[in-house]
Amino acid sequence: MNRRFPDWKSCLQFCAALALMTAAGMALAEETPPETAWQASLKNRFFQDRPITEGSDVIQIKAPYRAEDAALVPLQVVAQFPQSSERSIRSIMVIIDSNPVPWTGTFQFTPLSGRADVAFRARVNAYSWVRAIAETSDGKLYMNKAFVKASGGCSAPLGADLEAAMARLGKMKFKLDGTEAKTGAVNEVQLLISHPNLSGMQMDQITRMVKPAHFVKSVNVSYDGAAVFGATTDIGISADPNFRFNLVPDHQGGELKAEITDNLDQHYSWKQPLNNP
Amino acid sequence: MSMSYRFQSAPLALALLLSPTTSFSESFELKGVADGVYAHPGKVALPDSLNHNEIANIGFITGKRCVAVIDTGGNPEEGRALRHAIEKQTSLPVCYVINTHVHGDHVLGNSAFRMPGVHFVGHYRLPENLAARAQHDRDRAARDWEVQLQPEDFVLPDMLVQQTLTLDLGERTLQVQAWPTAHTSTDITILDTQTSTLWLGDLLFMDHLPVVDGNLGGWLQTLSELGKIQAVRAIPGHGPVSAPWPQAMDSELHYLHGLKQSVRHALDRNATLETAMDTAGQDLRDHWQLFDQYHKRNVAAAFAAMEWEDN
Repeated sequence: MNRRFPDWKSCLQFCAALALMTAAGMALAEETPPETAWQASLKNRFFQDRPITEGSDVIQIKAPYRAEDAALVPLQVVAQFPQSSERSIRSIMVIIDSNPVPWTGTFQFTPLSGRADVAFRARVNAYSWVRAIAETSDGKLYMNKAFVKASGGCSAPLGADLEAAMARLGKMKFKLDGTEAKTGAVNEVQLLISHPNLSGMQMDQITRMVKPAHFVKSVNVSYDGAAVFGATTDIGISADPNFRFNLVPDHQGGELKAEITDNLDQHYSWKQPLNNP
Repeated sequence: MSMSYRFQSAPLALALLLSPTTSFSESFELKGVADGVYAHPGKVALPDSLNHNEIANIGFITGKRCVAVIDTGGNPEEGRALRHAIEKQTSLPVCYVINTHVHGDHVLGNSAFRMPGVHFVGHYRLPENLAARAQHDRDRAARDWEVQLQPEDFVLPDMLVQQTLTLDLGERTLQVQAWPTAHTSTDITILDTQTSTLWLGDLLFMDHLPVVDGNLGGWLQTLSELGKIQAVRAIPGHGPVSAPWPQAMDSELHYLHGLKQSVRHALDRNATLETAMDTAGQDLRDHWQLFDQYHKRNVAAAFAAMEWEDN
């Protein structure tokens, strides 16, 4: 495939043209990706004409620029101030612009949250902006966004062990950082839910059969009867959903409870002492 | 050589003119591994638009009656190049195409061998897994590898291996064995009894970091069973085309054991997935190539699976 040039002049012309094209290509690659989907429809669909302040003073979203596995992209939204009676974050909505269902979830917080952080694992179907929009107690909206390079997360083939996953469907557990929660302080809590969270996009191309969507729709966590954390979610959440949030226990001991409902209207619940024996 | 499906854009074609290309047809490298056993070495690399997914070790074994192809490459053109290489080597017909597992770099040359008298052999779970991945692979091929795949490029096996299967090539038999979920849920191995050569597909990675797309624990168990097989040499799915058995799997065993331990340790500490991906097993880098490309993904896969194992 080597090509000889008849003379130096044409070689130089050729190389100059190539260099120009390479430079143009690199400039394209480094350009900030457009936000067409958000500007053209998503903003209006979810927030109509409400003003949204963009920045990182209220929340910050943390996402890998390049995802290792598009079906398992760790996303974190970190609140920039603690929940207080003067100012708190009521809810955070996460939107993945390029996903078939961009609305990934809305998370609710309470005074017991202490700090309105949330972390979970998402499917990202194409190179996409991932945005979190917080609504504060004064009714204002604040947005922070990150660009994620991933693709095929929603249509990715199911894991090798779907049978095992179906067998333990609805099983849950809480995990705490350390063995004992600190009363009056912010403790990070993990809720693990065993659920295949089928996206309804995993198609068998030969039979043209699609596994129907089957996913967790709502999650409510309470501590001795008082609400701590809530989530309404869609197919953008990875299989075996895992949510991390905070709890400030106002007393010793006590019990955590999780209640979930999926799109087939199946209900599951799980109770666990806050402090593992 | 037809390049029509490859060069989508003039700038890319132009850039390739000036760089050493990986084009294969004129010089498809073939190595004799043992008497009648031939392998084409794949380049240890990520699949991309320059190598067109031609990254796996593929090859064939000749008997007195016919030829068994073992894996067909990462796109239909690589499959055709392998077919031409076989035709140069022998006038015997191909009677079997054996796919070691579902991944595109091993099966997407299959359509080059679709002709009367050729049976396609695979793990009993291969048909459903190939079908489930087909759209995903087509999208990836078009976007990342500059390869346009058609539905007919996905050739499903017509001979399924439940546990073991013996294939007769004429005065030469191959023992094919299916394994529980390990590298993938579709892994089979091929033992050529005449030369004691064990063809392992991606159950054995050398140089190229092992990639977990099945079950880490199952892979370790499978390796301990494979270690009992009496063979002189192994042919890995990636890396050199021949290595002494069972020493060939020492590095892989070390990595997979280390991966499992480090993820178990992270889970025991209630570490988050993000922390585990950043820290677990970073000391396992050794001499592996593509560690930065695949290790974190292995940690994530192992972490998500082990979260729900044994408790």
